[in-house]
Amino acid sequence: MSDTPVIEMRNISKSFPGVRALHDVSFSCARGEVHALVGENGAGKSTLIKILSGVYNPDSGTVLIDGKEQHFRHPQESLLAGISVIYQEFSLLPERTVAQNLFLGREPVRGGVIDGRAMEDETRRVLGLFGARHHIEPDTTVADLDVASQQLVEIAKAISLSSKVIVMDEPTAALNESECEVLFSLIDQLRAGGTTIIYITHRMREVTRLANRVTVIKDGEVAARFDHVPDPETIVRTMVGRDIADYYPPPGTPQERGNVVLGVRGGGNAFLRNIDFELRAGEITGFAGLQGAGRSALAMALFGAVPFTSGTVTLDGKGVRFTHPRDAIRAGIGVLPGDRKAEGLLLMQSVRDNGMVTARSFASFLASHRTNAHTDLAGMDKLFDRMEVRAPSYEQEMRVLSGGNQQKAIVARWLALKPKVLIFIEPTRGIDVNAKAGIYHLMRDLARSGAAVMMISSDLPEILGAADRIVVMREGRIAGEFPRGATEADIMLSATGEKHLAGEAA
Amino acid sequence: MTDTTLPAPRRSGFRFDRYASGFLLLASIVLYVGLVVVSGQTKYLSVDNLVSILGRSITLGITAIGQTFAILVASIDLSVASLISASAVVTSVVMNGEPSMMLPAILAVLALGAVVGLINGLVISKLEVNPLIATLGMSLIIQGVLSAFYNNFAGKVPVEFQIFAYGSVGIVPYSLIFMFVLAGLAWFVLRFTRFGSDIYSVGGNKDAARNAGIKTSGVIIGAHVVCSLCAAIAGLYLASRLRSGAPWIGAEGVYDLESIAVVVIGGTILAGGRGGIWGTMAGVIIFSLIDSIFNVIGMDAFVKQVVRGIIIVAAVAFYAVRSKRPVS
Repeated sequence: MSDTPVIEMRNISKSFPGVRALHDVSFSCARGEVHALVGENGAGKSTLIKILSGVYNPDSGTVLIDGKEQHFRHPQESLLAGISVIYQEFSLLPERTVAQNLFLGREPVRGGVIDGRAMEDETRRVLGLFGARHHIEPDTTVADLDVASQQLVEIAKAISLSSKVIVMDEPTAALNESECEVLFSLIDQLRAGGTTIIYITHRMREVTRLANRVTVIKDGEVAARFDHVPDPETIVRTMVGRDIADYYPPPGTPQERGNVVLGVRGGGNAFLRNIDFELRAGEITGFAGLQGAGRSALAMALFGAVPFTSGTVTLDGKGVRFTHPRDAIRAGIGVLPGDRKAEGLLLMQSVRDNGMVTARSFASFLASHRTNAHTDLAGMDKLFDRMEVRAPSYEQEMRVLSGGNQQKAIVARWLALKPKVLIFIEPTRGIDVNAKAGIYHLMRDLARSGAAVMMISSDLPEILGAADRIVVMREGRIAGEFPRGATEADIMLSATGEKHLAGEAA
Repeated sequence: MTDTTLPAPRRSGFRFDRYASGFLLLASIVLYVGLVVVSGQTKYLSVDNLVSILGRSITLGITAIGQTFAILVASIDLSVASLISASAVVTSVVMNGEPSMMLPAILAVLALGAVVGLINGLVISKLEVNPLIATLGMSLIIQGVLSAFYNNFAGKVPVEFQIFAYGSVGIVPYSLIFMFVLAGLAWFVLRFTRFGSDIYSVGGNKDAARNAGIKTSGVIIGAHVVCSLCAAIAGLYLASRLRSGAPWIGAEGVYDLESIAVVVIGGTILAGGRGGIWGTMAGVIIFSLIDSIFNVIGMDAFVKQVVRGIIIVAAVAFYAVRSKRPVS
């Protein structure tokens, strides 16, 4: 009985158009263990979890729960089978109370009326497990809770469903040190009670603290499986373990590095505090940090979308103040958004129209749609050719292109305006491993041609490999700055603030 | 930016937007009383006058109760005005002055409402037609069919049925009591039943609701049936008050847009999932008070429309600014 794994996934493979997400992955969890699932972003961890929870169907392979084969077609079925997944984006209803969220879709009814007292009692019981220091009232509206408490509510939901397996996807991303401790002791309690936890994380410290076993996923395959938690270096090596030399372009040379193009002094707004940094021509500056550290808030501030409310910004030595993206674009700043489909692409329009859109919006009122002050259709095609956008025809609708080619097409859009600063947000998200190298080389070419490239990425290895200089952000501030050659550990310590804490303790 | 989310600034304290409709109501009452006192027309402060102010908004009130359900579930219903006309015509034609036909007429009207709501809900949830378009289409269909058969007041409502609109306990009309009982019932359903809870969940986040095991299409259909039933009842009332039904009375009262307006003024957000019945009732009363204020100062009816328009837009802008916060 105890030999039967709670979860067994055998030979799972899954492909999406143009991307092989998982190949022949086997993964199993015993009752009452914490199983750490680690790997770089895009390695295939979340695809594996989505197959487990029935969001995706595998192309091949089987999922067994308690030794019985299961074919979940809907997340609800896996929930009933005892599997709860806590995603990074919460599925809470902000306008409802904590108790109402806990009982979403399964409210107890007595005499045709919802039994509010039973809901409150059960909610109070479950929340009581978090200890007195993290007191949450059942009738609080979720929107009034801070992010850490919302995280606890998500976990409470899984507990009250008496799930056999709880999957936590980077649960500490938004938590501070003491909140993490609460979570860890909660996980210990759950494990002692026989619950299985699948714990997805980047932080080696948490693996060492919590896990019984570790599975490392890399490029859609199981790279290693450890029945005892090895030292962090071993895990990181299996996680990264690729030939970095040809994958990333060579770094910029001192001759290529030019003047300061953009400088920020004491920048701040609701999300940012006391930001000081510079971007230089010919240089790729990487921005690392945890989720919510303020990196995209910084990009939005530079771009004028959520402007700075304090501090000064200089562009080519002149003070500037952008309150709308149009101001920033006119001054020579371009942003390549992380969520290309939602924020960057006109999917139903042609590749050419996608390329022309910004140039057209800055054309004079009477300019033709073919030609304007910045470029014309022929010039746009040349830019696409230069970017090596692979499309059956540039008249083709944007949505048929692969992620990598869509990204190149947006780069071409900006190049038509000859920008001084280009901000890439998660430049390779959703892009095939092989196409990633093309994007890195493209960024280097842009820097060589004189642009300042700002690269915001959650993929630490790619920042280490592609950037000339690395700025680390934490809690809306600049936490540190590192030259090329910094180690993954340096960056992580700075991003999590652990070095800081160790220093205080000493 | 889904991956690198903006950190949410901590908020705390009193959330003004939640009680805004109450403040708005208070403000219009103060304004009304102030104007009456300043202009020395204190006769407008009597209980009689208060009841008559409220009595003018029964049709709108009943319709808006239903519209609240549709908007809470993140839908909307533009077919209520046509349905009111159709219900009023059915009422007066079926009754045709005969007291014995009152019950069959009421049942026929309720059945009509239920069918219209069912079709609206099915088209919106199963065929996934945008609710604006689905109910606009329904509105045109009802109006077209109705106009094909009738072009003026048709049939007659018996005196016994006119009691619905004209009868009263003391000075309080039955219809006013009926509206508040209906509102109380709606509040109970939304606040205490599984159906009500599901309406808020589906309106708040349809995907989360579905993943939690809620049959979202059933909830949307249910909300539309409630909405259309309320419009049908409003038609019954209007027939009783006008003593007959005509195919233009719903459109003339602009009950489709006005019901949406009072729901929104009452703090229910068009995106769904937040709001409630008492806000809507406050919205209805605010609209009645505005009418009365203009009567007191004797201003042009066209100016009244302009002021109503400004109030709707200002209220929604106010809510939008107040509830603007990053989604974490």
